[in-house]
Amino acid sequence: MATGSARKGLLVATLSTLVVAALVAYTIGSSPAWPEVQKAFFDGRYFSTSLPKVAGAFFINVQLFVLAELLILPIGLLIALARSITAPALAPLRIFATIYVDFFRGVPSILIIYVLGFGVPALQIDGIPKEPFFWALVTLVLIYSAYVSEVYRAGIESIHPSQERAARALGLTRVQALRYVVVPQAMRRVIPPLLNDFIGLQKDTALVSILGVVETFKQAQILKAASFNFTPLMTTALIFLIITIPMTRLVDRLAAKDRNAQLGGTR
Amino acid sequence: MATAKRSARTLKVAPVLELKGMKKRYGGKLVLDGINLSLAEHEVVCLIGASGSGKSTLLRCADLLEPIDAGQISLEGERVAFEDRSADATRRRLGIVFQGFNLFPHLTVLENVALAPRVALGLIPAAAERRAKELLKSLGLAEKAREYPDRLSGGQQQRVAIARALATEPKVLLLDEITSALDPVLVAEVLETLRSLALSGMTMLIATHEMAFAADVADRICYLEDGRLIEEGTPEKIFGAPHDPRTKEFLRRVRAISAPGAKRRAGTRVKRTVRAKR
Ligand SMILES: Nc1ncnc2c1ncn2[C@@H]1O[C@H](COP(=O)(O)OP(=O)(O)O)[C@@H](O)[C@H]1O
Ligand SMILES: [Mg+2]
Repeated sequence: MATGSARKGLLVATLSTLVVAALVAYTIGSSPAWPEVQKAFFDGRYFSTSLPKVAGAFFINVQLFVLAELLILPIGLLIALARSITAPALAPLRIFATIYVDFFRGVPSILIIYVLGFGVPALQIDGIPKEPFFWALVTLVLIYSAYVSEVYRAGIESIHPSQERAARALGLTRVQALRYVVVPQAMRRVIPPLLNDFIGLQKDTALVSILGVVETFKQAQILKAASFNFTPLMTTALIFLIITIPMTRLVDRLAAKDRNAQLGGTR
Repeated sequence: MATAKRSARTLKVAPVLELKGMKKRYGGKLVLDGINLSLAEHEVVCLIGASGSGKSTLLRCADLLEPIDAGQISLEGERVAFEDRSADATRRRLGIVFQGFNLFPHLTVLENVALAPRVALGLIPAAAERRAKELLKSLGLAEKAREYPDRLSGGQQQRVAIARALATEPKVLLLDEITSALDPVLVAEVLETLRSLALSGMTMLIATHEMAFAADVADRICYLEDGRLIEEGTPEKIFGAPHDPRTKEFLRRVRAISAPGAKRRAGTRVKRTVRAKR
């Protein structure tokens, strides 16, 4: 009975999806300018010539987001912990962390990249690197550490206070209670939203093209300018999708597992 | 039984735990209103009273988990307070078990028990583990050591919580209605654990609704109402001939709702002398 209705549901879903897709394809394909648009955006020749270059430049994006993620994981956690510290003596730390998070979450990423990426090297302070890659990395880490710290904080706050109290009752200090009891439990819950932020970060590596880093989007723009054809940009889009779609699915799976575990759990 | 008590007094041994004039406010509400209570070594005191009378608050404050608004707390004759820099160290000398177990779900049973010896006492991991294993064995939980808490029954979880509280070798164990979240069939095993702890000489302050158990195991019963200790005395006195009309009224209501089988059976009473011999 249940499998019967499930199969029927799948059939209806497949059929309706096919119908809609066919309608959309027909509408676009029969539009008067479609042949030109197709040539400008989806030209097979330009696709195959742009693919090696665009894919090669994507290696810069990979370097950027892998390095950024490795830095963001601990920095975001430290900021989250700084914000959850209640000791009066450490209030300045908490206030600083709060301002930091508010600022970097509140200002559009592209503005931060402009200001930090062009402004700080322009100060010409000795010892401050000038390489665009370095500043691209710094800005991405600063922006996404703010987001990720909020993810951590939500995770920490989702652990019931009775857990921390039980740890304190055993004679653990506040820091020990966080370290051994609260944070390890919060970690499990933050993995899906954390990966979500990382998907955003991976896409946003394209933004640092404005600093002159020749990553995949910049490379595609160069090819586009040389050929007056937009297909290289589509090639880049495809490469991003190849990376982000599996991650999105993984996030969905983990989130579903989390929900099931919480529904099935005894606590 | 009487001899043990008298000798403790004549030797002028400082009480293990002493609460003097303890007051606690939540918002404007006075939840504890001048609590005076002391526990001699090896003494088992049961705290009874209606829900909302302040039992949990009393235990939390005595465990230095919350600040108090007036009064003082002494542990082995030494004043201690929530605000002290040494409060964490003091908490290691006090054990508390909560109604809701509050085991750490991400750690195995063994890790739950070994955590405080390792992290708070600073034992090397092998020594902490050895201590945890011994405790689990003595509580009949040796074969559960590698399990995660959610695989255990409520009664087993609560016994793990007791083992965890004992792992820092506290001077006194505070227990907050530790059977009231359990199915009736699981209550007995936890109470049995407490009985053997009492026999082994553990000093305990037990908040409980289990009157038969309290009558059986306690050296002294304290009746709490609206944050005040109304009356205290031996189980014989409190359950047999309570003095204060409020105590009488509380016990009358408790007896009206509890089954007749909950009446105290004299034969099962833990004899003080047995414990004192240890
Ligand atoms: N954290 C708290 N904040 C405010 N009020 C509280 C808090 N804890 C307990 N109370 C109040 O204090 C009184 C005593 O509660 P409690 O100590 O839990 O009693 P018992 O354990 O005897 O049922 C109750 O009126 C309760 O509502
Ligand atoms: Mg209570």
